[in-house]
Amino acid sequence: MTNEFVLEAIQREFSDSVISHSEPYGFLTLEIKKEDIKKIIHYLKDSSLEINFLTDICGIHFPENKEKEVGVIYHLHNMMTNFRIRLKTFMPIENTEVDTITDLFAGANWMERETYDFFGINFKGHPDLRIILNDPDLGYHPMLKEYRLEDGTRTDKDDKMFGR
Amino acid sequence: MSENKIIKTDAPAPPGFSGEGFFATKLDSLIGMARSYSLWPLPFATSCCGIEFMAMMMPTYDLARFGAERMSFSPRQADCLLVCGTISKKLGPVLKEIYTQMAEPKWVIAVGACASSGGIFDTYSVLQGIDKIIPVDVYVPGCPPRPEQILEGFMQVQALSQSESLRRRDTPEYQNLLESYGID
Repeated sequence: MTNEFVLEAIQREFSDSVISHSEPYGFLTLEIKKEDIKKIIHYLKDSSLEINFLTDICGIHFPENKEKEVGVIYHLHNMMTNFRIRLKTFMPIENTEVDTITDLFAGANWMERETYDFFGINFKGHPDLRIILNDPDLGYHPMLKEYRLEDGTRTDKDDKMFGR
Repeated sequence: MSENKIIKTDAPAPPGFSGEGFFATKLDSLIGMARSYSLWPLPFATSCCGIEFMAMMMPTYDLARFGAERMSFSPRQADCLLVCGTISKKLGPVLKEIYTQMAEPKWVIAVGACASSGGIFDTYSVLQGIDKIIPVDVYVPGCPPRPEQILEGFMQVQALSQSESLRRRDTPEYQNLLESYGID
């Protein structure tokens, strides 16, 4: 199974959904419209392409990309032919909501919870969208770039030594 | 902690009055000495400092020489909490619960840079030193510290237990300290 073959199959089925495609380091990467991401993952899983292993879901934040600040990235894998594909979808930070794929992959449950935890992305239809890794009282989504990485309560780093 | 007092393992008997066939000293000193050579450590090892702590327990460095042969894995039967490693903010309440479950007298050693100050983990998820949530008696620097350093920290706790009042928990300073951490 080649990148061209899978790309052609997706573009034939969902001609309007694919915004762009690229192959960094030979890894087929598609940017998909937010509304269609679940439809395409479902197709990849249940069609004869059999890309039916969900490797990972993660979030990303690019504050400089207006209206496309926050993204969700899906990594899928066909174990039989060792074919991998990466799907990206972006959305404005004011309304970060995307369909859950927990009904397609049970393993997506914790992955989506983690993405919610760190980026505040709401997965519509998720059965139990709670914070999973961070302190539940943390009160914000720390991987969004509007928050500083350092801990503000640290007292042993001052301006003289560390440029604070 | 007052001054940097190091005790020796072959330390002499506490100050007292001795004569032919008897030795008299204060009960405080006697019990303090007994306590200092029978401290039961409670290891709370979360990362690489825990590995150094394990080396410290093993025959080469041999913490058992100091009367701390038995690691206690129940806070109820422990005297000295050794926090070895990074404590995340999520783990903070757990550590505090363990500290409050320990019976008096109790001492705390913050082993390594992470337990003392957060170390290299200057980040949203890591507690910037366990003294944000529980009182600490001895800080051991290092990333991670050598086993000798942890031993020295332990000897500092021995020195504390020898010099402190037996009823430390009744002193107003100690009460205020615990109150400032919200522990009663």
